[in-house]
Amino acid sequence: MSEHFDAIVVGAGPSGNAAAYTMAKAGLSVLQIDRGEYPGSKNVQGAILYADALERIIPDFREDAPLERHVVEQRIWMLDDRAHTGTHYRSDDFNEARPNRYTILRAQFDKWFSKKVREAGALVITETTVTGLVRNEAGAVIGVQTDREGGPVFARVVVLAEGVNGLVAQRAGLRPELKPNHVALAVKETHFLSEEKVQERFNLAGEDDGVVIEVLGTVTSGMVGTGFLYTNKESISIGVGCLVSDYAETGMAPYELLDRFKRHPSVAPLLRGSEMKEYVAHLIPEGGYNAIPKLTGDGWLIVGDAGQFVNAVHREGSNLAMTTGRMAAEAIIALRKADLPVSEANLKIYRDALAESFVMQDMKKYRHLPATLEKNRDALFGAYPRALSSALQTLFRVDGTAKRDKEKQMLGIVKKSRGSWWAVATDMFKVARAWR
Amino acid sequence: MTDDLTGNPPKPDTTGLNIVVCIKQVPDSAQIRVHPVTNTIMRQGVPTIINPYDLYALEEALRLRDQYGGAVTVLCMGPPMAEDALRRALGLGADRAVLITDRRFAGSDTLATSFALATALTTIAQDRPIDIVFTGKQTIDGDTAQVGPGIARRLGLNQLTYVSAIDSIDLGKRELVVRRRAEGGVQVLQSRLPCLITVMEGINDLRRGSIQDLLRAARADVTVWSAEQAGVTNPMMCGLRGSPTVVKKVFAPSPRSEPAEMVTTEAKRPAQVAEAVLDLLFARNPKLEADLAARKGA
Repeated sequence: MSEHFDAIVVGAGPSGNAAAYTMAKAGLSVLQIDRGEYPGSKNVQGAILYADALERIIPDFREDAPLERHVVEQRIWMLDDRAHTGTHYRSDDFNEARPNRYTILRAQFDKWFSKKVREAGALVITETTVTGLVRNEAGAVIGVQTDREGGPVFARVVVLAEGVNGLVAQRAGLRPELKPNHVALAVKETHFLSEEKVQERFNLAGEDDGVVIEVLGTVTSGMVGTGFLYTNKESISIGVGCLVSDYAETGMAPYELLDRFKRHPSVAPLLRGSEMKEYVAHLIPEGGYNAIPKLTGDGWLIVGDAGQFVNAVHREGSNLAMTTGRMAAEAIIALRKADLPVSEANLKIYRDALAESFVMQDMKKYRHLPATLEKNRDALFGAYPRALSSALQTLFRVDGTAKRDKEKQMLGIVKKSRGSWWAVATDMFKVARAWR
Repeated sequence: MTDDLTGNPPKPDTTGLNIVVCIKQVPDSAQIRVHPVTNTIMRQGVPTIINPYDLYALEEALRLRDQYGGAVTVLCMGPPMAEDALRRALGLGADRAVLITDRRFAGSDTLATSFALATALTTIAQDRPIDIVFTGKQTIDGDTAQVGPGIARRLGLNQLTYVSAIDSIDLGKRELVVRRRAEGGVQVLQSRLPCLITVMEGINDLRRGSIQDLLRAARADVTVWSAEQAGVTNPMMCGLRGSPTVVKKVFAPSPRSEPAEMVTTEAKRPAQVAEAVLDLLFARNPKLEADLAARKGA
């Protein structure tokens, strides 16, 4: 006889864990299936944990979750080839009892999260790939087929938390294939550096304080993307990611980009003497609002990266994953309690919850940005960063030039970078409109 | 194998073979890192696996069970997290899992480990006598190959080590014939049951459990025993206190090879390039040049 569950969750990433945990906690019978050797063995992230999203699922997570450092300082750097222009925001207010952001190591964090899911009562099986969806005569999804013997497993609903590639949904014809310009390829290295050195180099008072640096500009060699550098307890995570379509066009290799980033005069001293422990790569959905596939149907729904839920501008993804996972679970729980079928019509409560939350509102806010960035790539990821650096160097170099002449030179640099003031104004207008 | 309605394992077969497989959870050697400062193995975040040799032992046990009936119990000594390894073994088709875990077991060498496992085996055998105890030929983290024979000696079992095939079992006569990898050949050995078998790698191909096996494993309760529950009456025989082996020093080995060096030469012809490479080799290792010259002279 085959098994029947209230819900099957495909994938053990942040969205799948959030969904499985929330449903199991509410007493639903939940089966979570992951293809990795252990739950989350395929998961990769920068990684920053956004406390709020997790707090709404596991309020007391700070008691036993493996956290590295809480973020007390945010830096944003604009790089050109030899310089960086940056802003630092640090506040002692971030040293609070319930800090807002943490750096984490996903290998450890995911192990913890999966343990919570199992403790909540979900069944978790690994090394098992979901190969297809099982449908009834009416076309509603009623279960999954796996790559193991023993036939299909059935459920009232299948939660597709399968990550960026979305192969199950794609194979089932629920979504189109990923477009190269809707997905970034990020590479990351973790470098061991002693706790004292991390604190010294980043001017950190305590062993739990951390700094994150988000990096824009020529770090991507003119491609659409960003870099980052995060401080962990006794290691540093450093990475860079760009659109897959841009890699294809330029022929650049991701590791070359990362090597160049590491050699940058502003970055190299931070890494000096460190030892590389880990090298990983992962795809990030960056197509934004316009790339979101159909999210619900009879007997299925999509959460997390599989739904393109990433706010590329603010480097948020795992929080959207956890939030969509939780909202999907809450919708399923409500339908279960009312003894209603998990149909597309009834899943309106999931779609509404998303629309009313920051998730869809943020996705919608930046919906024009991916296309704007892509179209104005050369200006935004090359010309402007160089002009900014050059203009500031002109300002700060004391060489007997009168300040009024310096200002003229600086304006000249900016104008020259785009040919005319009209072009500069147009760029600013386009970005501002996409940002709005 | 599974009673789907309750998710409980079926009542163990009281006919056929009663087999126990001893397994160990080890760090995945492919992903082990040594802490640069303390020179100790960094276990945090390093994935763990079932000792690969033990998987061959488990598969061999499952095959015997499938052929002759009976039940397979997996037994493991380790920290509480070793439950993951046992659950994985259940997912591969084992019927029952027992974890013996206790602070008093910490720091066990092979003598203390074989004592603890032998004691637990005796306790398991109280339900029904054990026919075969399986272990892998050795672990990949200790590499001693001592625990299997240690168990056999303590329990007075015939020990069949480095077994590369089980040819036949006669349940009526309670005899079996195995092939054993020995220096310079293969021994074909006949033994009485019960016995202890340590298994060579490559003896079989590991199966993939069915979806029902996995669900049963996810639901199953792993039996967890403290030292006392496992039957240990003399704690002095366990853990650090029962271990005569002392680790004197831990160090990270220095890399075996020196970093590669680029040989640059203006030469164009292959012979000249070869000459340049040889010059460098001889400059580094003058003895090599002298030896070659001597051989040429002779």
